Amino acid sequence: MSTPLLQIHEPGETPLPHEQDRGLAVGIDLGTTNSVVAIARGGKTEVVSDPDGRTLVPSVVAYREHETIVGEEARRELLDRPEIVVSSIKRLMGRGLADLKTIAGALPYAVAPGAQGGMVRVNIGGQARSPVEISADILRALKARAEAALGQTVDRAVITVPAYFDDAARTATRDAARLAGLDVLRLVSEPTAAALAYGLDSGSEGLYAVYDLGGGTFDFSLLRLEKGVFQVLATGGDAALGGDDFDDAVAERFLKERGQKEFTTDQVKQALVTARLARECLSTQDEWTGTLDLDGKPSRHKLDTATVESLIAPFVDRTLAICRGVLEDANVPATGLNGIVLVGGTTRTPLVRRKVAELFGREPLADINPDEVVAVGAALQAEALTVGSDTLLLDVTPLSLGLETMGGIVEKIIERNTPIPVAKAQEFTTYQDGQSAMAIHVVQGERELVDQCRSLARFELRGIPSMVAGAARIRVTFAVDADGLLTVSAAEKTTGVEARVEVKPSYGLSEDEMASMLRDSIENAREDMERRLVVEARVEARRAINAVQSALAADGALLDDGERTGIDAVIAAVEKTISGADRDAIHAAAEELEKVTRPFAERRMDRGIRAALAGRHVDQLR
Amino acid sequence: MNELTPFSPANRASVAPTACWSCKGPVDATALFCPTCKAVQPPRAVDHFTRLGLPVAFAVDAAELDRRYFAAQRLLHPDRFATRTPRERAISQSQAVALNEAYEALKDPLARATYLLGLKGVSANPDGCHTVNDPTLLMEQMERREALNEAATPEAAAEIAREAASHVRESEAAIARAFASGDLDKAGTETTRLKYLVKLVEEARARKAKLAAARHP
Repeated sequence: MSTPLLQIHEPGETPLPHEQDRGLAVGIDLGTTNSVVAIARGGKTEVVSDPDGRTLVPSVVAYREHETIVGEEARRELLDRPEIVVSSIKRLMGRGLADLKTIAGALPYAVAPGAQGGMVRVNIGGQARSPVEISADILRALKARAEAALGQTVDRAVITVPAYFDDAARTATRDAARLAGLDVLRLVSEPTAAALAYGLDSGSEGLYAVYDLGGGTFDFSLLRLEKGVFQVLATGGDAALGGDDFDDAVAERFLKERGQKEFTTDQVKQALVTARLARECLSTQDEWTGTLDLDGKPSRHKLDTATVESLIAPFVDRTLAICRGVLEDANVPATGLNGIVLVGGTTRTPLVRRKVAELFGREPLADINPDEVVAVGAALQAEALTVGSDTLLLDVTPLSLGLETMGGIVEKIIERNTPIPVAKAQEFTTYQDGQSAMAIHVVQGERELVDQCRSLARFELRGIPSMVAGAARIRVTFAVDADGLLTVSAAEKTTGVEARVEVKPSYGLSEDEMASMLRDSIENAREDMERRLVVEARVEARRAINAVQSALAADGALLDDGERTGIDAVIAAVEKTISGADRDAIHAAAEELEKVTRPFAERRMDRGIRAALAGRHVDQLR
Repeated sequence: MNELTPFSPANRASVAPTACWSCKGPVDATALFCPTCKAVQPPRAVDHFTRLGLPVAFAVDAAELDRRYFAAQRLLHPDRFATRTPRERAISQSQAVALNEAYEALKDPLARATYLLGLKGVSANPDGCHTVNDPTLLMEQMERREALNEAATPEAAAEIAREAASHVRESEAAIARAFASGDLDKAGTETTRLKYLVKLVEEARARKAKLAAARHP
């Protein structure tokens, strides 16, 4: 990595001595239709391309008998062998069977039987696969592409997700990265990443909106850009609204024109390919004529721009209604923005551009390639996280998080558009004498009734001590980290009993499923896991050495020569273990350092306390 | 760093130092980072004003609040610790959580007034006690809500929203005066009034949006 000659860092900032342990960190836009990988070095970004110069990798996977193909080649198989090809898998991340939409009465995915509850499984190439595994295959291909182009190992990434992705979909994305052997430095919202790339490129300040219409998801975010701070004020969207809906509408029209009653999943897939082709042609010409050949029975279809626009207008209108809602939330008039940035391939659709311009009373900005801008922003953030940077992204929760209470009513704990990370707690009580367990149902969404919100997880809080009804104080804490991922914990407060909590993710993978997938994946074999643990042990041991050395530099006078020599020897011993790869030896040496420096630490504290009693400040000690 | 040193209480120097979790040496109870080894320290139990380096007072300059919040997040946000040890990442997260909580509580005048009343030991329960004592407020609010329900056009709803918004500004000014003169009772009743007004503005805006949407389906 190219690093400047001299960098000045604030305390706590990231230039790290152990960077040499690690491979490169990239930015990945894992899209519904296409995926992109980019890298930033010294603030300069580069979108990784294949030997033919293509930067977009179609998010399509073909499972041949002995090999898995991702990208352009897989996409070409769609028409000939639809039964082994899967596309738009992002739409199924963290989704259940009931979430799927049919086209002309048929599903565009072959849903695996038995996948009733939890995340849906698809049957592809004769095997039931989870969306997490399929996404992991796409991520593996992106990792390999980046490694080939950059000539170095890539093992860490910032991965973008739609701002409006719920917790289940975010967790699924994170799990997919783990399966692919990538450490996720951060999940970043797509519009936020786009704003980062755009803002740094143009040096803009003020109030900006990002309109991000991708293949499967729509996001609208309102941000304030000020001196390197990218503060998300409000966000809204629909995790199941995108260009795919345009294709679905066109495909449905073709299928209906055939006058056939029933269709198979493979026929729907083929109609979708034709629909996509027709729409692509119509972005440059006014009319399209073509043939849809289903199992040897061809049909001719005609389409013009006006017809397509009438088919897709309802979807575009839905995006505009979401924009108005977000502006309303933030109390900003549509015409009060400094600019509106278009992101996502679907924003190339002329009707979308016209309607957006009309709503905001200004021409939208699309200076950076809308297909690449998100990956570029992710790459910039990957560099910021590993090398350090002056920029700061402050994001929000897209959806409210709450609990089910009596009568199926949702009690919101964290409201939408709350800055993250955030932690909030609320107390609940028992309603029966001697009640020893409590069911906790975590939901996400804006509606008041549980049924209308998305179920995230169910908990059972056990071991509540026996008390009369209403006496127990059960404190439930919701914490959302900087990745937008939720952790829920619960404890009974009056007795201090930390009750046991069992989590059943409603649409996720259980820990067992995840563990077995990890076992099966080659990239995450035992030695890889061990390598990570060694890296962690080294980071921790270096932290301990740095702390002791800082203390020695400041308060070394508190030690006699013999003591000093003893500590120096242990430091040298820790350093020696760090250069090796024996994790237990590193831990043992670091523990020894802690032990041998304990009297030194006690003397330092004694002196600090005495100074404080004498009315002096710690900073004034020396 | 200087401008981030939390607002200094008079007895600051006499507060006993705590031990740094990393180098085990003494750290001032208010420090964000250890002066010796520079390790980030867990958030301290201080009020939201102190956390952001502001005096404990209702009058808060929005630009100044933003400036201090951004400066603090630049130092403490988890993005600055992405490749550090798990312990440092966890501490940074709890620091950022505390900053966000403080920012949210101080940014909005209603939340700030409610919080400050709580700090001063006044039970500001806008849902309950003050309402009963204030029939004028109740009448005033009922009339406005009735007018809102009768608003048939987005323009009419927008007009009610505008009017309520100007009452909100007046109420905020009255709260500022009450706090400045140390009249906590007045600050309490006015905060209750503000709560109703803010709700009215929200409802009027929602109604406006609904009526506008009905006009352009």
